[in-house]
Amino acid sequence: MALDRWIALILLGICMAYGYAAWFTMDGSLAPFMKRNPIWPSTFPKVLSLMGMVASLIILLGLEKSEAKEAEIDYRRLTEYKLGQAILLLGLMVAYALLLRPAGFIFSTSGFLIFGSFILGERKFHIMVPVSLAATFVVWYLVQEVLGIYLRPMPGFLGG
Amino acid sequence: MLEGLLIGLQTAFSLQNLLMVIGGCLIGTFIGMLPGLGPMSIIAIMIPVAISMGDPSAALILLAGVYYGAIFGGSTSSILLNAPGVAGTVASSFDGYPMAKQGKAGKALTIAAIASFAGGTVGALLLMIFAPALSSVALLFHSAEYFALMVVGLSAIAAFAGTGQVAKALMMTLLGLMMATVGEGALFNMPRFTMGIMDLQSGFGFITLAMAMFALPEALFLVLKPRTTEDANSGEIKDLRITKAEAKSIAPVIGRQSIQGFFIGVLPGAGATIASFLGYAVERNIAPKEEQEQFGKGSIKGLAAPETANNAACTGSFVPLLTLGIPGSGTTAILLGALIALNVTPGPRLMIDEPQVFWAVIMSMFIGNLVLLILNLPLIPYIAKVLAVPRNYLIPFILFFTLMGAYIGQNNATELLLLVGFGVCATALRFADYPLAPLLIGFILGGMLEDNFSRSMQLYDGIAFIWERPMTLGLLVIALILVALPSYRARRAKLRAAGVADGD
Repeated sequence: MALDRWIALILLGICMAYGYAAWFTMDGSLAPFMKRNPIWPSTFPKVLSLMGMVASLIILLGLEKSEAKEAEIDYRRLTEYKLGQAILLLGLMVAYALLLRPAGFIFSTSGFLIFGSFILGERKFHIMVPVSLAATFVVWYLVQEVLGIYLRPMPGFLGG
Repeated sequence: MLEGLLIGLQTAFSLQNLLMVIGGCLIGTFIGMLPGLGPMSIIAIMIPVAISMGDPSAALILLAGVYYGAIFGGSTSSILLNAPGVAGTVASSFDGYPMAKQGKAGKALTIAAIASFAGGTVGALLLMIFAPALSSVALLFHSAEYFALMVVGLSAIAAFAGTGQVAKALMMTLLGLMMATVGEGALFNMPRFTMGIMDLQSGFGFITLAMAMFALPEALFLVLKPRTTEDANSGEIKDLRITKAEAKSIAPVIGRQSIQGFFIGVLPGAGATIASFLGYAVERNIAPKEEQEQFGKGSIKGLAAPETANNAACTGSFVPLLTLGIPGSGTTAILLGALIALNVTPGPRLMIDEPQVFWAVIMSMFIGNLVLLILNLPLIPYIAKVLAVPRNYLIPFILFFTLMGAYIGQNNATELLLLVGFGVCATALRFADYPLAPLLIGFILGGMLEDNFSRSMQLYDGIAFIWERPMTLGLLVIALILVALPSYRARRAKLRAAGVADGD
């Protein structure tokens, strides 16, 4: 089964879970006076869940003819691409998300930029480190001072 | 209208807004040139900046400047490197790149700039004529018609999606609508589908979703598959002049394509990509026999046609946004999100309630096109140097700006985890050839669609509004026909064979 049909199967599951929540769990807690309304909070989701199930079934069963098209990236040969780099970068983004608050903006951002280019194969530390630090400070200054959005610059234990 | 024009001129010519146009166009050109970053990603990254400015006219002027700057920048990389940064400029590389290879890169860039200028200017003129007319009609609409109109818009997006793509586009639209129901709606005052998670109480962040749908997958694609481009031509751009005879031969092409491109841009779901391919195809068909041979080998007409059409279409796509508040493309959907964040609701009331926003944007389009022609064109040889930025530096910065965009909008680190999660899902969806723009459009329209639906249900005490209001019924029938009619699919199939990419 091709990837798009696997995804359709997952989407069908999502629609069913969504539909279950809409049809069976939402109306119970509705206040009595609201039950006299022609529209309930669950009305629109109910319609959506049904339409979503139909659409995902159409894709899943292949009811719509489609011609084979050469994709930009062939997922069947994913390992031939630079998959490792992509996964490491995604991991780095997650680490950044988790560290941004505790470690402060300046540490986490300069670290992100340095490790990011390191993962992509950059080894010229004398360029990479100054560029990352300069960019971090410039962005911090712009966001903090020009846009006026507070970003904690330093780690918590340094009182940032 | 004259009064509006004057207000617009006054607003657009303030020093701040002039700087916004120039800045927006430069940023757009700069980033649009980088392969892999389309206008949607750029605008999504720029949104936090625009929102924090607080002035809706300035914000929209900036974002619109970025939009056509990006299209202009995209055509530069199409011509110089045969590596279109934007789907809407793929057709420009058919004849632009051969011209550059023949050593006529300067001439090709000039033709592209003039064609873009003409397309954009004629588009803005047509916008000035049609938008007020359309919005005075739209003032007659009630919530029932609005609901139906949005359904038409969403079905049109699916209908233009092409062979084998209609169900997928519909599915993505529905998914977007479902995601819009998460959180606490204004109408019911109760949280829905939050699964007890506090961070979902206010729903998914729109900027997070826009970043996850466009910027992140594009960056990941760049990581997975580094593009190899021959950059032999980028160094030597000279002789920007064109002859009188050449100008004479492209003039009718530009005239026809500005109008055709504009009207294609107005259609929801069509937009710059389709306009440029259709423009190219039409001009090739009506050209004399001996000139037809030249198409694909460096014909100046073949370059002028898509360049004019894609810029006119960009302008055209503002018509449904500004008059009905319904975005027809991913890019205008992002603009709509930015406007809502700035407390401006686009729609027929926009011209009455906030004429300065409406007219200033139109005026800034003229200024923006002029800026692109007289400021960016001479700078192109220098800006083209950006194409030499090494990928090792470029990609971490793109990822960082994506993260920042999602973070400073909400100031919430959970948003970053959502961004990565949705980004991975979006990349998988792109692998499987699911279009992502419908998801975002559905997400943005979802709230409004449900509000209008609920209001009509309450007014008519049930779904009677569908058959009691002829206009609503008519629009819904059109929506049904749009989804079912296969002729649209056949037409797109032809374009698809020519290699049309998705979204613009």
